[in-house]
Amino acid sequence: MTHMKARIIISLKDSVLDPQGQAIANALKHLKFHNIQSVRQGKIFEITFKEKDSKKAYQQLDNMCKRLLVNLVIEDYHIALLP
Amino acid sequence: MKTAIIQFPGLNRDRDMIAALEKITGHSPYRIWQSETTIPTVDMIVIPGGFSFGDYLRCGAIAARQPIMKTIRIKAEEGVPILGVCNGFQILLEAGILEGTLIHNSSLKFICREITLEVMNNQTLFSHKYRQGEILRFPIAHKQGSYFAESETLSRLKKNRQIVFRYANENPNGSIHKIAGITNKRGNVLGIMPHPENCIETAHGRTDGHTFFSSIVENFNKHNLPSL
Repeated sequence: MTHMKARIIISLKDSVLDPQGQAIANALKHLKFHNIQSVRQGKIFEITFKEKDSKKAYQQLDNMCKRLLVNLVIEDYHIALLP
Repeated sequence: MKTAIIQFPGLNRDRDMIAALEKITGHSPYRIWQSETTIPTVDMIVIPGGFSFGDYLRCGAIAARQPIMKTIRIKAEEGVPILGVCNGFQILLEAGILEGTLIHNSSLKFICREITLEVMNNQTLFSHKYRQGEILRFPIAHKQGSYFAESETLSRLKKNRQIVFRYANENPNGSIHKIAGITNKRGNVLGIMPHPENCIETAHGRTDGHTFFSSIVENFNKHNLPSL
C-alpha cells in the first residue's frame, strides 16, 4: 500500500483561555446537561499522502505540525496513523 | 522617506495604509505582492490589516509562510523598521518575527470601535513623539486580537520594554496584561492591533495616529540628514 492516512488532533494547551469552549459548555448547560464541567475546542486534520514507511510518515507529519498546522505557543498535537 | 507595503490576498486595509503613508511621507509606497522575493531598499516596510487567505487555519498562518516573508525576516534582522497592523501583527507573530500569539477576543465578537491606549514605552522609533504614559484614542477592528504569551515570554517582553502600547481603562479583547502592541528585542519591528492609519486626519475624528507616523518620519530624518 502506498497511500497512508493520518489523523492529527490539535488541542489548546491547558494554560490558554478557550472562550469558544466556554460558550459551548454554557450552551450544553442550557440544553440541561447539568453535569458539564468544561469543554475545550480543538481541530482535526485528516491527511492522505504517499508514503510506505510508517516511521518516515510520522516524521513528515510531525514536521507538518511544527511548520504549519500547529501554533506551538498555544496548541498541543497528537498524530495517529490510520490503518 | 521611502516605504513599501506587502500585499496578500484578502487584506482590506492596504488602501488606507497607502493613503496614510502618502500623506505623511509625501511618497507612494512600493506595493509588493506576497509571491515576490525582493523588496527595494526602503526606510520602512508595512504589513497592513485585513483577512489574509481568509484567516484560514489561523489568522496570518498562511501569509506568514509565503515567499516574501523570508525577505521580511532578513530585513528585520538588518534593522529595517517594520510595522504590522492588525492582521499584519498576526502575520509577524505567526512568522516568529515577534513573540506570542493572538487568539479569539474573550467576548468572541468582532469588535469595531474606538478604544483607549496607553504609551508604555516612548523610547521606540514608533512612539518617541508621545509622552510616556500618554493616553491615546485609536480604532480597533478585529475578532482575534487577544494577545497571549507564556509567562517567561511576558517577563522578557516586560524586562526589555518591548510592550509599547497597552489598552488603558477597559480591556476590549481579553489580552494578557492588556497588551496592544509589542516590538522585537531590537525595537525595529512593531506589531499593533489598533489602527494608527485610521486616525491621522480630522475627517477621521481623531489624529492620534498622525503622531505615530510622524515619530517614524522624524526618526528617519534625524538619522538621514539631507546631503547638500
